Amino acid sequence: MVALATAFKPAATGASLDVKGVSHAFDIDGSVLPVLDDVSISVASGEFVALLGPSGCGKSTLLRLVAGLEPPRAGTLDEDGVAITGPYPSRVVVFQDPTLFPWRTVWDNVALGLEAQGVLKTQRHRVDAAIDLVGLGAFRKAYPHQLSGGMAQRVALARALVNDPRILVLDEPLGKLDSLTRITMQAELVSLWQRNGFTALLVTHDVEEALFLANRVIVFSDRPARVTADITVDRPYPRHRGDPHLAELRRQILRLLGLDATW
Amino acid sequence: MPTYSASEISSLGGDRETALIAGDGGLQFVNKLRFSITGIGAGLAWLAFGLSCLRWPDIGDWPRTEAVAYTAFAIAGGIAIATTAQAALGKFGDGVQRRAPWLFALGVFLTLWELATAKFGWLPLPFFPPPQSIVEVYTDDLPKLLDSAFASVKLQLGGYFIGAVVGFLTGVSIGWSRLAGYWVHPILRFIGPLPATAWLPIAFFTFPSAWSASTFLIALATGFPVTVLTWSGVASVSTAYYDVARTLGAKPSFLVTKVAIPAALPHVFVGLFMGLGASFAVLVVAEMIGVKAGLGFYLQWAQGWASYNNMYAALIVMSLLCSGAITLLFKVRDRLLVWQKGVVKW
Repeated sequence: MVALATAFKPAATGASLDVKGVSHAFDIDGSVLPVLDDVSISVASGEFVALLGPSGCGKSTLLRLVAGLEPPRAGTLDEDGVAITGPYPSRVVVFQDPTLFPWRTVWDNVALGLEAQGVLKTQRHRVDAAIDLVGLGAFRKAYPHQLSGGMAQRVALARALVNDPRILVLDEPLGKLDSLTRITMQAELVSLWQRNGFTALLVTHDVEEALFLANRVIVFSDRPARVTADITVDRPYPRHRGDPHLAELRRQILRLLGLDATW
Repeated sequence: MPTYSASEISSLGGDRETALIAGDGGLQFVNKLRFSITGIGAGLAWLAFGLSCLRWPDIGDWPRTEAVAYTAFAIAGGIAIATTAQAALGKFGDGVQRRAPWLFALGVFLTLWELATAKFGWLPLPFFPPPQSIVEVYTDDLPKLLDSAFASVKLQLGGYFIGAVVGFLTGVSIGWSRLAGYWVHPILRFIGPLPATAWLPIAFFTFPSAWSASTFLIALATGFPVTVLTWSGVASVSTAYYDVARTLGAKPSFLVTKVAIPAALPHVFVGLFMGLGASFAVLVVAEMIGVKAGLGFYLQWAQGWASYNNMYAALIVMSLLCSGAITLLFKVRDRLLVWQKGVVKW
């Protein structure tokens, strides 16, 4: 793995992200449905920030805005001080579903970004390195329907990492995995983040996952989403799930979400 | 051929290793012989067909009766040998053995057919010609039949190719571009459902030649299903694929060629398949009515002479060609869509 780490040396470190006064809404059957209400978040370079909130509150919409897939109705989003106007491979999204292209092999799926940017011919080794990084070297020629859910999500991760993203946008990437695979991949995410130095923005509704992974946990309200708390998780990595400090933070966050009664 | 009982053969089979050590090639070969009931049955059915040709006199004048009989004997022997020596013949032996029940059914069918037509006339002549009279067409009228088949293939290929390409491009355009959809969709709805054969009288007047008119009609019959299915394939591509590609830096041209089209390909092949069926119908009608060549024309011509054996012979050739075309299409599909699981094998 050490050799791989040097072969997979990121070209750039993480970018900073500034979300200022962003509001967004959807038009559904003629009525306007507000989803984001004056959201401001500042993420420093190389930080791992988790966005936590009730299901359907608009966290994923915020990620789409960060990715540049949609423009916000109000407010601005800046990457390293430059306005985000559209998708760009420095900000890659890993979605909840792996959304691998079923007609492409694992290798071709991972190569997608480099191919789209027209640099695949000279950069083929990066594809191999990214596949090895997620431990799927033996499955280069497999088709997505031959992979398990966890393997497919690893491929999706490799497909994102091969672009050396400066901001990795994670939209509940582990949400659909079984709990054992999820625990393994949480640890892998931490080590990938530490090794590559990108800025990570993770949407999740698993409080434990947010605390295990992130430097900061930002808690959102119900739709339309507003920031209700910004909690710093000041614990060194690798973290332990049984850490009493994390348990205390977890209690706090659940109280903010109105779910502390069961704790 | 030595005659072993089944139990003797299986006990010999157990000694195969000894035989290998002894290095006795002859004994090894004998060890591999196995009588199969289906294989022998199929051989007997073909033997019966041959014998039925020779046993009774023909009630008509068919010069190929004896030749057919001897061919049937040869096939009977071939089946019996191939299935018995299956193990030694490898893939070929396996293939014959697998098809033995069908070969048996075919032999029985041919025997009954022979008896019902050439020997006892249970079925009225000339509407039900005997096997030997159809064989006679292949031996005596082969050049004309081949010419017709070649003409049909040429016409079909040209029209189908044009229709498939135009239909594919139209389908991708209207699936991708709102503007193209706005203009093309009404035309498609108005003209598409019209059976291509309805254009026949107009097409034969307006086009400079019957051949170009037929090409146009075949292209039309092919183009409609290909267009509609390509369109629906492109339109049904999950937006998540586009989102993924866009965040990875894909430009619109990449989204069309590397996302929309590959994702739509399974639909496209359904369209190509349907177009193939529709175009066969147009081909035959066009040849019967306007084009003075091809298997459709041959059928029409044979009907004029009330020579039903020629018609059956042409039908068999036509069936082989159409089935072959579909097989070819499915082969191409299987190659291009290896990533799909559980596709129907033709």
